[in-house]
Amino acid sequence: MGVEVRVEGLTKSFGRQPVWSDVSLTLPTGEISVLLGPSGTGKSVFLKTLVGLLRPDRGSIWIAGHDLTRLSERKLYEVRRLFGVLFQDGALFGSMSIYDNVAFPLREHTRRSESWIREVVREKLEMVGLVGAEEKLPGEISGGMRKRAGLARALVLDPEIVLFDEPDSGLDPVRTAYLNQLIIDLNQQTEATFLIVTHDTNTARTVPDNIGLIYHGHLAMFGPREMLLSSTEPVVRQFLNAQRVGPIGMAEEKDADELRAEAASGVELPPLPPIPFQLRPSNGMPRAAEHPPGAWCIANRVEPPAGSFQSAVFR
Amino acid sequence: MITATGNFVAFSLDTLRGLPRRPFQVREFVQQAWFISSVSILPAALVSIPFGAVIALQLGSLVRQLGAQSFTGAASVLAVVREAGPIVTALIIAGAGGSAICADLGARKIREELDAMRVLGIDPIHRLVVPRVLATMLVAVLLNGLVNVVGVGGGYFFNVVLQGGTPGAYLASFQALGQLPDLVVGEIKALVFGAVAALVASYKGMTARGGPKGVGDAVNQSVVITFMLLFALNFVITAIYFQVVPQKGT
Repeated sequence: MGVEVRVEGLTKSFGRQPVWSDVSLTLPTGEISVLLGPSGTGKSVFLKTLVGLLRPDRGSIWIAGHDLTRLSERKLYEVRRLFGVLFQDGALFGSMSIYDNVAFPLREHTRRSESWIREVVREKLEMVGLVGAEEKLPGEISGGMRKRAGLARALVLDPEIVLFDEPDSGLDPVRTAYLNQLIIDLNQQTEATFLIVTHDTNTARTVPDNIGLIYHGHLAMFGPREMLLSSTEPVVRQFLNAQRVGPIGMAEEKDADELRAEAASGVELPPLPPIPFQLRPSNGMPRAAEHPPGAWCIANRVEPPAGSFQSAVFR
Repeated sequence: MITATGNFVAFSLDTLRGLPRRPFQVREFVQQAWFISSVSILPAALVSIPFGAVIALQLGSLVRQLGAQSFTGAASVLAVVREAGPIVTALIIAGAGGSAICADLGARKIREELDAMRVLGIDPIHRLVVPRVLATMLVAVLLNGLVNVVGVGGGYFFNVVLQGGTPGAYLASFQALGQLPDLVVGEIKALVFGAVAALVASYKGMTARGGPKGVGDAVNQSVVITFMLLFALNFVITAIYFQVVPQKGT
């Protein structure tokens, strides 16, 4: 069963350069959340802060009754075992075979027999579809396979919280679709709390239960998927629909003059696209944390964009 | 500069604290010791032959003019065991062993392997740095012995075979000026050099940043810093040694 992660007033800067400030959000137990944001807004920094690899300047991170930001180094190593992290390129140990990579945490942390380890490693490799590649070195397999191997290693200690750092970067759309399906299926099987950091809006629209958007050094919005997909807040709308019109510019945020000029030119925003169905587990059974489509919209009396939750938009 | 020094000291203390932590990484230690020896033995031997030879050549002509040929062996032993041995060891340990350690850890750092390790609940200092430091210290001590043997052997060859010295005089004069503490202090130097070289290399590797170029920079800096530190330490230890241990023939 997953664990809730509560972030309060988190602020981080490198030297005098602020990354983001006052980020507060709660990752609900067992649900999938996506953290979106333009490139260079410190999404990966947020992820690393969440596992205690970087210390924030202010704020707290509450996990299972511990404030991660105040733990001693030794205690931190213990709490980290709740986490599984998939790094951008898998971060596999280059000198070890795929099998040894996945077995590594087990060998370091448990005194189990090699045959037991082989059993667990096989099970995890089966989950990510890598049976048969055990003896390959990370340098000999494709980027997608490295990611899946990294995922198998992250899952091997049965984490309560799984963090994904841009699982879809550098993958083709088909592999991304497979990986997204894998994430949904894993969430169903493990019921752990998932956080995906990405800038792929397609992933953000179909995979998560919750979406957060980091923009211009702060958390612009965090909430259920349907809330953000039906939001008309300019930044959220621009990013989730990958449009040029809005506050986000090419290099940085646009200044007031540019925005006024944009408004004066009378560019009409297209209507919000329909909200697609969320990706379902491939075995047809519901996930424990699943919400029925449209439930949030009904509960909050929000009219979803026309055409939402119709099977035609199922991808 | 001051921050970096402070960070390095903190890193060294962390490593020291990691020494008694169980389980000790025997496998990593053996692998690293083997690896460092394999990259350093041959260059060390090849460097120490001309080192011994140069000392023999320099001394040979000077000593003959003074009519003290019977002391060439003593001078050669003194020079090789006290100074050349530790210096050659320092050069090889920093240049071959240290750069390899720094490049290895630097590559792991930029590929996020070290972060991955921390997230898996494993402290890289305990898992990677401690065995490397101990392995480098062991290899440095052994290497110093090797350099001494090869250096003295090279000196013997040049003095006896090429300059027509007498073997008996060369060997018999060993004890005239040299003494056992010379060898002991040489080994102590080697031990300290090994520790410092491995610590600097590990620190530089683990703080590498900025992609592959960053690793290259880190290796470069680690070698330069280690050289400077080792030569300074060599001077300090020698100075202390002369103060503490009474010398023969004075």
